[in-house]
Amino acid sequence: MAEIVLGGVTKVFRDGTKAVNSVDLEIPDGKLVVLVGPSGCGKTTVLRMVAGLEDITEGGIWIGDRLVNDRSPGERDVAMVFQNYALYPHMTVYQNMALSLKIHKVKREEMDRRVREAARILRLEELLGKRPRELSGGQRQRVAMGRAIVRQPQAFLMDEPLSNLDAKLRVEMRAEILRIQKDLQATTIYVTHDQTEAMTLGDRVAVMNRGILQQVDSPQTLYRRPANLFVAGFIGSPAMNMVEATLTAANGELFAEFGSHRLRVPETVVAEQPGLQRAVGRPLVLGIRPEDMEDASVVPGQPAQGRMSAIVDLREDMGAEAYLHFTVDAPPVVTEDTRDLASDRGTEVLEALEEQASIRSTPFIARVTPESRVREAEKVELSVDTRKLHFFDIETGEAIDGTRRTAAVDAAGLYSA
Amino acid sequence: MRTVEAAPTVGAPRRVVPRHSKWRVRPRRLLFRVSMYLVLLALSAFILLPAGWMLNAALKPDLEPVFTPNPQWWPTHFWHWENFGRVLTGTGVNEPFPFLRYTINTTVIVVGNILGILISCSLVGFAFARLRFRGSKVLFYVLIVTMLIPWQALMVPQFLMFFKFGWYGSYLPLIVPSFGGLAFFIFLIRQYMRTIPRDLDDAARVDGLNTWQIFWRIILPLSTPVLTVCAVFTFLWNWNNLLGPLLYLDNQDKFTVAIGLASLVHRSDTPWNLMMAANLLSIVPPIVVYFFAQKKLIGGIASVGLKG
Repeated sequence: MAEIVLGGVTKVFRDGTKAVNSVDLEIPDGKLVVLVGPSGCGKTTVLRMVAGLEDITEGGIWIGDRLVNDRSPGERDVAMVFQNYALYPHMTVYQNMALSLKIHKVKREEMDRRVREAARILRLEELLGKRPRELSGGQRQRVAMGRAIVRQPQAFLMDEPLSNLDAKLRVEMRAEILRIQKDLQATTIYVTHDQTEAMTLGDRVAVMNRGILQQVDSPQTLYRRPANLFVAGFIGSPAMNMVEATLTAANGELFAEFGSHRLRVPETVVAEQPGLQRAVGRPLVLGIRPEDMEDASVVPGQPAQGRMSAIVDLREDMGAEAYLHFTVDAPPVVTEDTRDLASDRGTEVLEALEEQASIRSTPFIARVTPESRVREAEKVELSVDTRKLHFFDIETGEAIDGTRRTAAVDAAGLYSA
Repeated sequence: MRTVEAAPTVGAPRRVVPRHSKWRVRPRRLLFRVSMYLVLLALSAFILLPAGWMLNAALKPDLEPVFTPNPQWWPTHFWHWENFGRVLTGTGVNEPFPFLRYTINTTVIVVGNILGILISCSLVGFAFARLRFRGSKVLFYVLIVTMLIPWQALMVPQFLMFFKFGWYGSYLPLIVPSFGGLAFFIFLIRQYMRTIPRDLDDAARVDGLNTWQIFWRIILPLSTPVLTVCAVFTFLWNWNNLLGPLLYLDNQDKFTVAIGLASLVHRSDTPWNLMMAANLLSIVPPIVVYFFAQKKLIGGIASVGLKG
């Protein structure tokens, strides 16, 4: 296994579209890095460039100290798992797994040993003589994994390997992939558009949008400290509530005001994010995660500054929690990032966003305990965990926290830790 | 993971579907079916009429009139099966008639052509389907345009060319051109190969296969349906081809079945019974080929989007 380093990797297609824009990324030896982003964000193109299936327009890719820009896919010694598995239909499971070894002139006994070993790991022994069309989706997926494993390559590249499986099987295979990756200590780049997959699998998660790397971090940091609006909206489900707000200062304290609501920003937050002082008086974006709000009648004790009242439009009971939908009388955030996020969920969502902007009202979701008694059309008093408020610059979309946590900083700094 | 195999069966609750016998159908459907079969039977009888007439003629003794005022469609009176033997051995015909020799000659030409077509057209089709190169589109359109040129227009210049090569009288002019490909088959093969997912190429490339290996190990084996179609068509065309061999072959030892049959026809005293027997024998190989290739062929023609 080896580490993979991407330096300033750029891809411009023949028609002039810039699919990938100067991506710097480092995948340490034996680690799994997830590339996540909406469809068309360039994540698959990055993977294909690492595999050698696409030319690199600018920049360099190193696999274990070796610049591989001009190497053919076969010479790069990486294995890839494709979204639709791409098993060779005319070959048996055994032949599918053995083909690359045959091409690389591995001795027959060694080849047989490796194929059977991979089949054992993936529990495919019974299926070695079958053809792909006789297999179920999950079995095909495992064969695709097996084809990668027998190679004993420098790195695994996985292009949405689970997206063709049904939900239950996906959870199982996710655990399976994680187990194999850990067992083999395999350097892996894993591409997905599913943030749950990204969060559960990745040692590091790299969020991409419009061909640009937005943030590379551990799943927890991405969630707690999103670097910009896009990451904030992309990671987390239900998504972070975002609204246009203004910071005001009174009696030496800062308040975030939006519509008829007003939340006090705790001193600890101000101390941690010195950029906030400079943002006073200017419009900015306030982000509140649904799980940072709670029905105040169930969890008492929050000061009034951390409260907001709302009329519940819709209550969804999920069993372990309940989602309260309500509307806030302040304009939603309409920037390039939020539009991208909306259009990733569907054109209707994008249209809805524009309509909400025109009537200056923003839908919010609060994730509260199911013990909350509040019902639809009733008024609810919500206590907000103001220590976990997020603030973003409305122009640049960057987090206002004084330390611009960009991708470049991460690539250089975080891995040395 | 143990449950993976079991998972797909979880779905709609099981319903017990009553099983109907094939014959226990409602009266209206039965009527429809019976009339359908009657129509089909009538149609097949109609199509088989000429073959029946041929068989009838082939079984007649020498000098018995074949073209009777009322056509006899099925054999009733005469059963001279030995006529087939006479054709095969070449006895009883006024001139030498080495039917087996003709069959072997034709087989040589047919096999040569099938080889040539499969090799050349699959390679060119693969190039057009998979390789990106400058001018590939233009070249492909030029290729399509050549389909518009009738063979008759090429006949004379081609003859002069091969004559100058010194190939007149040999099989070379009848076999070698197939190694240059045929636009129609290249088109078919290209279209078919385009339907093979490109992910397979990518997977193969990552597995370390070069372009030739991708062609040979992945794309070609997956193209057998369309290759079968091409092979069978090549077989039929060459088996039945009269004009080509007639142009280039001057020695009776090299004649094909088609020329042999044609040479039996005279202004007078044509041995019609033997002629018909030979004709019936000559359609046996195509029928055998059809029989064996049928399954692949129907699948192939359907997936290629081509009607026979």
